[in-house]
Amino acid sequence: MSDVSINDIPAGPRVKGKLSRDDLIMRGSMIVIALYLLITMVFPLYAMLSKSFSTYQFNLAAFEVQVSDEEGTNFSDPVTFAELNEAGDILKARDLIAGSDGRLGVTQFFPDFSFRSPVKYRIRNLDEEGRFLVGSKLYDSTDWLELDSNTFRRVQLRPTKDIGLGNFTTYFSTPALSNSIKNSVMIATISTIITVTLAFWFAYALSRSCMRFKGLFRLIAMAPILVPSLLPGIALVYLFGNQGMLKELLFGGTIYGPIGIVIGSVFFTFPHAFLIISTALAISDARLYEAAVSLKATSWRTFWTVTIPGARYGLVSAAFVVFNLVITDFGLPKVIGGQFNVLAVDIYKQVIGQQNFEMGAVVSVVLVLPAILAFAIDRFVQSKQVALLSARSVPYQPTPNKRMDWIMFGYASLVGVFLIGMLAICQFAALVKFWPYDLSFSLNNFQFDKMDGGGWDAYFNSIKLGLLTAVIGTSIIFFGAYLVEKSNGFRVGRTIFQMFAMLPMAIPGMVLGLAYIFFFNNPDNPLNAIYGTMTILVVCTVTHFYTVSHLTATTALQQMDREFESVSASLKQPTLKLFSRVTVPVCLPAILDISIYLFVNAMTTVSAVVFLYSHDTALASIAVLNMDDAGDIAPAAAMGMMIFYTNAGARIIHLIASRGIVGRTQAWRSR
Amino acid sequence: MRDAADGAGPYLRIENLWKAFGKFVALKDISLDIEDGEFVCFLGPSGCGKTTLLRAIAGLDLQTKGSVYQGGQDVSNLPPSERDFGIVFQSYALFPNLTIEKNIAFGLENTGRSKDEINKRVASLLELVGLPDQGRKYPAQLSGGQQQRIALARAIATNPGLLLLDEPLSALDAKVRVHLRHEIKELQRKLGVTTVMVTHDQEEALVMADRIVVMNHGVIEQVGSPTEIYRAPRTLFVADFIGEMNQIPAQAGAADEVVIGGVTMKSQPHEFPRGAQIVATVRPNDIIPHGEGARSPGGDDTIQTEENVLEVLVDEMEFLGSFWRCRLKHDCFGESELIADFSVNAVRRLEVTAGRMMTVELAQSRLLAFDKPGA
Repeated sequence: MSDVSINDIPAGPRVKGKLSRDDLIMRGSMIVIALYLLITMVFPLYAMLSKSFSTYQFNLAAFEVQVSDEEGTNFSDPVTFAELNEAGDILKARDLIAGSDGRLGVTQFFPDFSFRSPVKYRIRNLDEEGRFLVGSKLYDSTDWLELDSNTFRRVQLRPTKDIGLGNFTTYFSTPALSNSIKNSVMIATISTIITVTLAFWFAYALSRSCMRFKGLFRLIAMAPILVPSLLPGIALVYLFGNQGMLKELLFGGTIYGPIGIVIGSVFFTFPHAFLIISTALAISDARLYEAAVSLKATSWRTFWTVTIPGARYGLVSAAFVVFNLVITDFGLPKVIGGQFNVLAVDIYKQVIGQQNFEMGAVVSVVLVLPAILAFAIDRFVQSKQVALLSARSVPYQPTPNKRMDWIMFGYASLVGVFLIGMLAICQFAALVKFWPYDLSFSLNNFQFDKMDGGGWDAYFNSIKLGLLTAVIGTSIIFFGAYLVEKSNGFRVGRTIFQMFAMLPMAIPGMVLGLAYIFFFNNPDNPLNAIYGTMTILVVCTVTHFYTVSHLTATTALQQMDREFESVSASLKQPTLKLFSRVTVPVCLPAILDISIYLFVNAMTTVSAVVFLYSHDTALASIAVLNMDDAGDIAPAAAMGMMIFYTNAGARIIHLIASRGIVGRTQAWRSR
Repeated sequence: MRDAADGAGPYLRIENLWKAFGKFVALKDISLDIEDGEFVCFLGPSGCGKTTLLRAIAGLDLQTKGSVYQGGQDVSNLPPSERDFGIVFQSYALFPNLTIEKNIAFGLENTGRSKDEINKRVASLLELVGLPDQGRKYPAQLSGGQQQRIALARAIATNPGLLLLDEPLSALDAKVRVHLRHEIKELQRKLGVTTVMVTHDQEEALVMADRIVVMNHGVIEQVGSPTEIYRAPRTLFVADFIGEMNQIPAQAGAADEVVIGGVTMKSQPHEFPRGAQIVATVRPNDIIPHGEGARSPGGDDTIQTEENVLEVLVDEMEFLGSFWRCRLKHDCFGESELIADFSVNAVRRLEVTAGRMMTVELAQSRLLAFDKPGA
């Protein structure tokens, strides 16, 4: 009797549920937010991808020209530029590869051309696609256009657009460009190994020993999150740069290059690795340690058979997160990379330096691949980690061991000094007159209005961006997560939405920023108006940091009883009432976490917005970059520290606000 | 809304209901009528489809095919918010950040009631569930049993025509559970609200329900009053699932006979052809120890015949407090043993001891014949 299969259900239409008003509102809102993600992420990325496959070439066979005699009356037979080129052997094939803005003068095809000559020229396109400029006027007709010599020299051919792998071929056959892949992967790998090792022992010291000042060390470990990734670069310049205090320690080596990038990367990725690994260590089960002791296993053996396997998912996850952060980071290699090329900086150089947008897009595509791969592996590993959590696990309580505790304390102190030292140097440099010659105290470096880079306006713009991102981003992201978690049915829509929400994490900031240029700076785009405004910066930042916030919201929502919505529907109450009366208040701690995360990241981000800021919307983090670029390193350090203090202040306010709000609205938590 | 029902038809009618999750068929052609004011339990092991059926009635998980009529109205494709029911879940699903009062008042708001009316209603509901002074507390400050009462109060606050209870007592400890099931039953009787409760606890179903719907593998095995289900199970599954049951391989004899290991015994009438392989069943407390005036606990001692009497060896005895559980051996059972529950009195009077022989009777009215499973 249990062998009833799906085919036994009688034929005929299935029951189709009538949608309630709430269902319609929720689906509608979900579609709106999905559209938002489509416009702010998928479309720009598509624009970028198609750009990377757009090749431009001068098609000399597409234009025909006639030349008159000295009287300007009798014209020669029409001849294409291709024929002229072949006859005169003027341009090689590679000279014909162009960018989207490419222009090719025509007089070079006429060796005896003179603009004073009375000779006249006729020129026309051979097909509808062809176009050329006379001055700035565009001609795309196939009719003959007659010009005198003086005008003819202002004729410029335009390239034809094509779809193909040409840009990629060029990229991979240009060692100066493709070497960056090797460099980037190498830097990321070395940084990953060092960071994960350091962070593991740091987390181990905090969770497995009884050393003192654990709270302080935890605080120190998180400090790098509050500053832009390029700040350690500035500190390193002060320490080991051309006028550095400790320059001799490098024995003639230079900090500008891989060494600098690796040290700086270790600094700014440390908190991320530490967080993940300490979570992994925290969930390990004390019962396993008791079993190991009762089996008389040595502590060395216990370490390899209990500790490491328990934390292995955390270690792998941390490794991929760090790898991803380093390989996609732009600020640090920009400041300290010197002549050492990495992918993220290549994008910047191609776009800002050479205005070669197609090549920028190509490098972006190359950078996205390892980033997506690392991201996918990380997600996979994280999904495994959950299975380890068991409600019956007993948390491990370390027992005091004097020698071990002191060793761990010593180790943690070393790491702590490294982390705090970087910040302290920047702070010190910012407060002295002229490093290293005049070390007297001065606030001159804080007079940002006297430097290039945006001045104090940039700082206030950053705060504005941070606040707007926090408020708007949190609202959109939390509401979106709610809809995707608590809607009824609509499986396909929810899956697509979930995919959209996960994607931003895999997209490096540089790539997102460049993609925004392609999409929003297109005059045909009705959203073109937001280009160069604060709006695009907010939109870009929200999208850039969407995934982590979305995951935080989802986790909080999943901890809520699944039946709240059912109860509310049975009581005939609108779901949005439930949302505002119950869901939001209960999830308030998570909501506050999301907003502080967005604020801090908006304050420190460089990569996405570096392509998008305008004169009026310069940002503090960008100002650090630009002042450093201009040689104003001390003011750059000062601005970096301003970001640090602002973020630290925001954190403290967040902490107080959390406590206050939790105390007021979460009274129900206490018994 | 209940007045809209025409007096004749059932209050809730389920017609040819199917539910599939992907390739898995959870409900197979379910049809069921529930009368106005009735307390019905869906009983079955986990995964039998009882909760799925409840959620289909509520509109929380729409059926694949089939219809649901409530109060004469076709509600088959309506969303939950357009149906008329109150629901209580195993998890209580109380809103943790709202006080007890606010929880109960949640469904009363936006219904045109004044603040005063709402407050009065909340107070009377709190009174009704026996927690008059707890209104200002938060759910986390109450015990599990108290929370479930609040959930109940919230569910009936709007006077729904149908009350749905999804394993409401499963999360509570044994004592509270026993206490609360009487209270719920009492409340239901007082309000006269048609109630459907899902449970996997047979005792709960037997105590609370007017009618029990026993389900297994997505089909209804039997619908009947608690006594019908217990005394006259229609399938071997029901016989086995409700209470305890000896299952004895046997052959069919005459229309009211079963043959167990060569011994022919009188049984309830059956329709198996002579010689068919069947399973004969008898409950442990329907095995009557013989001797003057002996009776088994809960057994019906009016049946005292000379038929169906066996001389058995008492193999093992377990003391279970209010009765003795004995394992009896007889050639006709082969290797397996017959389990019998004897009252403490009977054991003392008849001097039943492990290792000794005794006489028992398998009451004819309690000896049933079923299809052999898998046959």
